[in-house]
Amino acid sequence: MHEYCLFCHQPLTHKLSWRTLIFPQPGPLLCEDCRAQLEKITPPVCPKCSRPLARLDASYREGDLCLDCARWEQDPEWAGVLDENISLYTYNDFCKDIFTRFKFRGDYALAAIFADGIKEALKSRAFDCIVPVPLSPERLSERLFNQAEALARAAGFETANILHRVHAEKQSKKTRAGRIHQAQTFYMEKDISIEGRSVLLVDDIYTTGSTVRHAAKVLREAGARKIVSLTAARS
Amino acid sequence: MPSVFSEQLQHHLAGRILLEPEIPFSPELLEQHLKQGWIRAEPAIQGEFPHCVCLRCGNRAPHLFAEFPCAHCGKTSIYCRNCLMMGRVTACKPLFTWAGPAPAFHPPRHPLHWEGTLSEGQQAASEAVKIAILQKNELLVWAVCGAGKTEVLFNGIEAALANGERVCIATPRTDVVLELAPRFRRVFPDIPIAALYGGSPDRHKWAQLVISTTHQLYRFASAFDAVIVDEVDAFPYTFDETLQRAVQKAAKDRCARIYLTATPGETWQLECKAGKRPFVTIPARYHRKPLPVPIFKWAGNWRRKFEKGQLPVPVEAWVKKRLETGKQALLFLPNISLMKKAEPVFKQLHPSIESVHAEDPERKEKVERMRAGKTPLLLTTTILERGVTFPNIDVCVVGAEDAIFTEAALVQIAGRAGRSADFPSGDVTFFHYGKSNAMVKAQRHILSMNEEAGKRGLLDA
Repeated sequence: MHEYCLFCHQPLTHKLSWRTLIFPQPGPLLCEDCRAQLEKITPPVCPKCSRPLARLDASYREGDLCLDCARWEQDPEWAGVLDENISLYTYNDFCKDIFTRFKFRGDYALAAIFADGIKEALKSRAFDCIVPVPLSPERLSERLFNQAEALARAAGFETANILHRVHAEKQSKKTRAGRIHQAQTFYMEKDISIEGRSVLLVDDIYTTGSTVRHAAKVLREAGARKIVSLTAARS
Repeated sequence: MPSVFSEQLQHHLAGRILLEPEIPFSPELLEQHLKQGWIRAEPAIQGEFPHCVCLRCGNRAPHLFAEFPCAHCGKTSIYCRNCLMMGRVTACKPLFTWAGPAPAFHPPRHPLHWEGTLSEGQQAASEAVKIAILQKNELLVWAVCGAGKTEVLFNGIEAALANGERVCIATPRTDVVLELAPRFRRVFPDIPIAALYGGSPDRHKWAQLVISTTHQLYRFASAFDAVIVDEVDAFPYTFDETLQRAVQKAAKDRCARIYLTATPGETWQLECKAGKRPFVTIPARYHRKPLPVPIFKWAGNWRRKFEKGQLPVPVEAWVKKRLETGKQALLFLPNISLMKKAEPVFKQLHPSIESVHAEDPERKEKVERMRAGKTPLLLTTTILERGVTFPNIDVCVVGAEDAIFTEAALVQIAGRAGRSADFPSGDVTFFHYGKSNAMVKAQRHILSMNEEAGKRGLLDA
């Protein structure tokens, strides 16, 4: 059993019962206060990108899809590049705090917060390979780990690191237009074939969907049959 | 290879323990100094996971270490989760310290420029502090809220500075660093002073007097001849063993340690009484009037009242009286959720009543409005128990028996009233549903300080 909340380090209180005594459970990683602040994404959502629709104004929807996805799908360059995005949590202030510490401070252990959610989301799905969205070598040497790979590994998945990335400005420093019209920064590892394969792309946060689509495009051009992305949070 | 070390690097690193990115010099220069033995590089995390020690913050708690696959060394490495906010310490990268000749300071003979005078109580404490600093002893200064602790330090600090010694004032809160730094710069105009807190512009400054948050002390090692720790009982200092170790680590082996507080913890109080801990008290405020003594009022089941959207009758009467006479007041509640429930009920009494808590984004503005006299009553959690001073207010605690209100918290809260010389009195009421030990102890604490002050002739009639 975990003794301290993984995020706020407060001691965890455990309810002792016959069940926990006979079948010891690992128990939650976070304290109740922290758990309560994590906001799980629940239906109704945009079937393409997991955007919650409940609070979305009708003018931001087009048919089944949210307006952003409709725009991506109307663009001949991007239509059908990404089959689907699954996001687990709303990128609220608390989630933002988690990712700030996880990515920018480098608290690798925090990936475990999302492990159960990722396993749950992938329970009834199968993919030929799981590919984390890569960091550029420069960024990797700065952070010392790739957060997308950390998320996949925390959930117990082996990753195929077949995508690479050249150095560019941070995504979080760009506008939506800047993100969508950016040049391709991803490329495939040489001599690897993914012809006809189904691929799960893993990343930390889905904002405009530009990163996963750029990555998916490279995989699609390399022959991938199906590409789904899984992102721990969605803004 | 040059046979002299870089003085700039010496100034940057002496008394400090830093990661490579915190040392803004070329890798070649660093390498040279390492080879000459002027700089030492030590493994930042020692021991086997998870039973390790972080050399920077002294963390030993197994749950505050974690492993990760490191892209730098290609292996599984360990990092410290305790001092992560100050830049990650990992097992595969060293920490650097200065091992060459110690740098010297050249202070003027009399660095203190201060025209003020000390009260009788302050004077006695000031002398004790000076002796402790000169003899490198430990001393607790137990001074009531509003005693004027800062001035008590001036003479002792001057003595150390004039001897070319390095002095540190550590406090748990950034607000206090920001408040103290200009005061010390004014009275020690010729002494280089660094104010250190998260994101401070002074962080690379070479200074003889360092005013720092306790966290920033993680980056010091064997640096100071005198360390003064303000609010030694305050969160997070009491709770966090690693912060205590940080203070020990920042001090030289022979170092004076001065602790300041209005409310020493129980162990310290007992040690003082048993004669095991050297201490000096300032039992009276600088304005020579006694501390307001809290009175207890039974308020029935206040929790249920708030939940039903009502106010306990005695509390409502207390608040109404303040609203009628126009005297501002602080009302403390045990937690945020209760405060949120109670706020609309209070607002029915007066629309300008506000509430504030630790994570309130408008905290600063609300305190400003209170200070400007625009808020008749400010509801608050324990966040305003220390540091904040309003000149003429009454204070009450609703639910004073709740466990969050420790003796120290209640003494500090009572210490908010009667702060200014123009308004030296104020009403302090603890509303409760059954008295707690802490309440009784807090009241006794204040009474005994007043009694001692009377005996020592520190109060005006």
